[in-house]
Amino acid sequence: MKISLKNVAKTFQTFRAVRGVSLEIESGELVALLGPSGSGKTTILRMVAGLEYADEGQIFFGDEDATDIPVRERGVGFVFQHYALFPHMTVGENVAFGMKVSKKKRSKADIEARVGELLRLVKLDGLQDRFPNQISGGQRQRVALARALAVDPKVLLLDEPFGALDANVRRELRRWLREIHSELGITTLFVTHDQEEALDLADRVVILDEGRIVQEGTPAQVTRQPKSAFVVRFLGDTNRLSASVANGMADLGGASIAAPALADGKADAYLRPNDLTWSTTGGGIPASVEGVLDRTGSRRVIAVTDRGDPLEFDVAPEVAVKAGDRGFVQIARAQLFAAE
Amino acid sequence: MRHAKGKPPRVGDRPAIRRTLIAVVLVTGAFFVLAPLVVIAVQAFSLGVGYFGATIAHPDTRHAIFLTAATALIAVPINTIFGIAAAWAVTKYEFWGRRFLIVIIEIPFSISPVVAGVAYLFVYGLQGLFGPMLQSAEVRVLFALPGIVLASMFVTAPFVARELIPLMQAQGRDLEEAATSLGASGWRTFFSVTLPNIKWALLYGVVLCNARVMGEFGAVSVVSGNIRGQTNTLPLHIELLYHDYNAVGAFAAASILALLAVVTIVAKVLLERQGAGRRSRPALAAPIVEAKP
Amino acid sequence: MSRRRVIPGLPLSLGITLFYVGLIIALPLGALVFKAASLGPEAYWNIISSERAVASYRVTVLSALAATVFNLVFGLALAWVLVRYSFPGRRLVDAIVDLPFALPTAVAGIALTTLFAPNGWFGAPLMDAGIRVAYTPIGIMIAMAFTSLPFIVRTVQPVLEDLDPAFEEAAQSLGGNDAAIFARVILPLLWPALLAGTSLAFARSLGEFGAIIFIAGNQPFSTEITALLAFIRLEEYDYPAAAAIASVMLIAAFVMLAVTNILQARALRYTART
Repeated sequence: MKISLKNVAKTFQTFRAVRGVSLEIESGELVALLGPSGSGKTTILRMVAGLEYADEGQIFFGDEDATDIPVRERGVGFVFQHYALFPHMTVGENVAFGMKVSKKKRSKADIEARVGELLRLVKLDGLQDRFPNQISGGQRQRVALARALAVDPKVLLLDEPFGALDANVRRELRRWLREIHSELGITTLFVTHDQEEALDLADRVVILDEGRIVQEGTPAQVTRQPKSAFVVRFLGDTNRLSASVANGMADLGGASIAAPALADGKADAYLRPNDLTWSTTGGGIPASVEGVLDRTGSRRVIAVTDRGDPLEFDVAPEVAVKAGDRGFVQIARAQLFAAE
Repeated sequence: MRHAKGKPPRVGDRPAIRRTLIAVVLVTGAFFVLAPLVVIAVQAFSLGVGYFGATIAHPDTRHAIFLTAATALIAVPINTIFGIAAAWAVTKYEFWGRRFLIVIIEIPFSISPVVAGVAYLFVYGLQGLFGPMLQSAEVRVLFALPGIVLASMFVTAPFVARELIPLMQAQGRDLEEAATSLGASGWRTFFSVTLPNIKWALLYGVVLCNARVMGEFGAVSVVSGNIRGQTNTLPLHIELLYHDYNAVGAFAAASILALLAVVTIVAKVLLERQGAGRRSRPALAAPIVEAKP
Repeated sequence: MSRRRVIPGLPLSLGITLFYVGLIIALPLGALVFKAASLGPEAYWNIISSERAVASYRVTVLSALAATVFNLVFGLALAWVLVRYSFPGRRLVDAIVDLPFALPTAVAGIALTTLFAPNGWFGAPLMDAGIRVAYTPIGIMIAMAFTSLPFIVRTVQPVLEDLDPAFEEAAQSLGGNDAAIFARVILPLLWPALLAGTSLAFARSLGEFGAIIFIAGNQPFSTEITALLAFIRLEEYDYPAAAAIASVMLIAAFVMLAVTNILQARALRYTART
């Protein structure tokens, strides 16, 4: 089912949570809504679900205007941030709930068969008779998903699906959700504040800030061609150096890079730690090392340029560098934006 | 179509259900809870302000008021000290039988006041454990102020403690341990660390305890002997007047206690705004099931 | 010294507590049990199984049951309205719910009697309709319902307030209608609190005295509650009978306490923290 949002807006009292968002999600796509807290991502998800009504704009499911259809009739599967599993029902009863209360009557045997099928899908067969407080967080997450899928939803919506889980469980579930999605091919929209999660999982990432979409595109597009400094900063560790642009070249105080799209004047260069290399022999921005943090696959160098700007970058584990060393930072890549 | 509230209706939000429920509850509440209060006021003044004044000014009524106040002045402070001590003991230390002690403290709450009164009779009455001994020593406990105070203390024993225990339990022992480690004495720790954090809950418990002491009927009725002008507390005096076919007098006396009830409720609301009372107590049910991060 | 004993004051606070509990609570209850036990099994049984006593149990328990069922419905409705709806006067209603707690029972007793007496504000129209309240078991029920109303409201209200809206939203997104969600999700989640409030209200009704004796009529075998019977035996200087009947009430209170705790523990089994 294709979902389209047309200029959707939502205000809570005086807080403008969502300000005119238009978005198309193709049938079968897996899309992430990514943004900091307060960016409106959860509100958008809840409006798509029908848990909030939009103040302005329209939401279409396929060709049908779903803007005012209540959640009960909208046919969405919603996985809540803390799962909202009914604590007084067993895992099996939780999954069966939607089928039991549905207008469409099913026989007891049908429901049981379907519950068994769903629990196998989420790899929880055998846990049917446990209560939610008797299973682990990751298992609860999967029960919540099975419960949402039980009503044969047209779209699947997940609110911070892995937010409450340990890092290890999270990575495992991420892979697993990908598999389920490719198996079922159901249009899926999920909310996250974790950029790594969004990039790993989604076909397309929609980045939000202050109730607006700031960029949408594939993981490759948003990472390689960020449209704004906000996107660069939000997607990961970055260094900022001020630059001056003249005649299509940006001068960073020791290094220059091509800046064909920028007008002359002040600019900001954003440099990821992997975009920088260290050289002792010259060429590049002169800097001195203040400290080195040893990590599993690399060494993080904390340096300061002679102009006084802090820089962080990674070098290979073999590189011998220590606090007090002087040398030059060379730039492999940079994202340039006109100064804010 | 645009929705005023911007949210789909929650369960029970449909106007028909909402209005019906509010109406039913308000009407039932008015008939059932508010009407008794109104009837007291109406009846108390039904023979005019003069009669009301005369009833209140009557020596027997004045003595009943005095006795009720005296009982409260003795029972409430003692009960408060007990409540603080009990809460301190069961929340700041671990010891064998701690849980059991908490249950015992709560017991008077589920026992009929009449049973409490009867029980006291079998301790201090002539046919009781200490009765003969007390008589030979010419100490009067029953049918006198001490008996009334003791019975009132039984009935209200849990009132202060049950406000403090959940609160002090939730606050843990860290602050007191920190204060002690900094060299503060036990008293100093209590007055400058613990007390400021529990003062509203303490006051809340004291207010409720006081209301119950002043209004206690069943237990006091058994142990007081109902001697007019001597061992009649205000609630007992109301009964006496009522059974003397002086209903208006009874309501005049009752209006004093009704006023106390209203004052208690106002105090309760004000203290709840300070965070005392049920809001600070952990909910009885259903913590949301969620993963521990 | 263990870490737990870092804070000073254990001997003093525990001493005060045990002394008070011993003197004020345990001693009289012990004396009552002792007195009742000293009757001997046969005499004890004869007193507590006498026709009049059994009639009083029946009146007390049935009235308490009726009052509790009424409060279960009304108390839940009241808590629901206070938590879920906003309307003018909501705070006032919220405050007035405590009136039955704050109003001395004797005062409530004479007020309810006056209201429901055959010539009272409510009694007169009810008499016209052929319903006699005062001096009948209905009167007892009303007095019990009045005094125990806040128990149910005040135990359900905070739980309803803290109920995570996500449960309802989840049920809605799964296609449940209001009735189904209320019956299958909300009510079960309120159940432990309802159970707690109900058993408190029932226990209170069983032991209530002051509010009832004015309105009850106090006729042996029909409108005489057990607490009153114990009281009457005392006034007749029949101390063994008073002790026996009071001990029955004491046992009933302990049984209620135990039942409440067991039911609570069961109802909470699925919500207990992991």
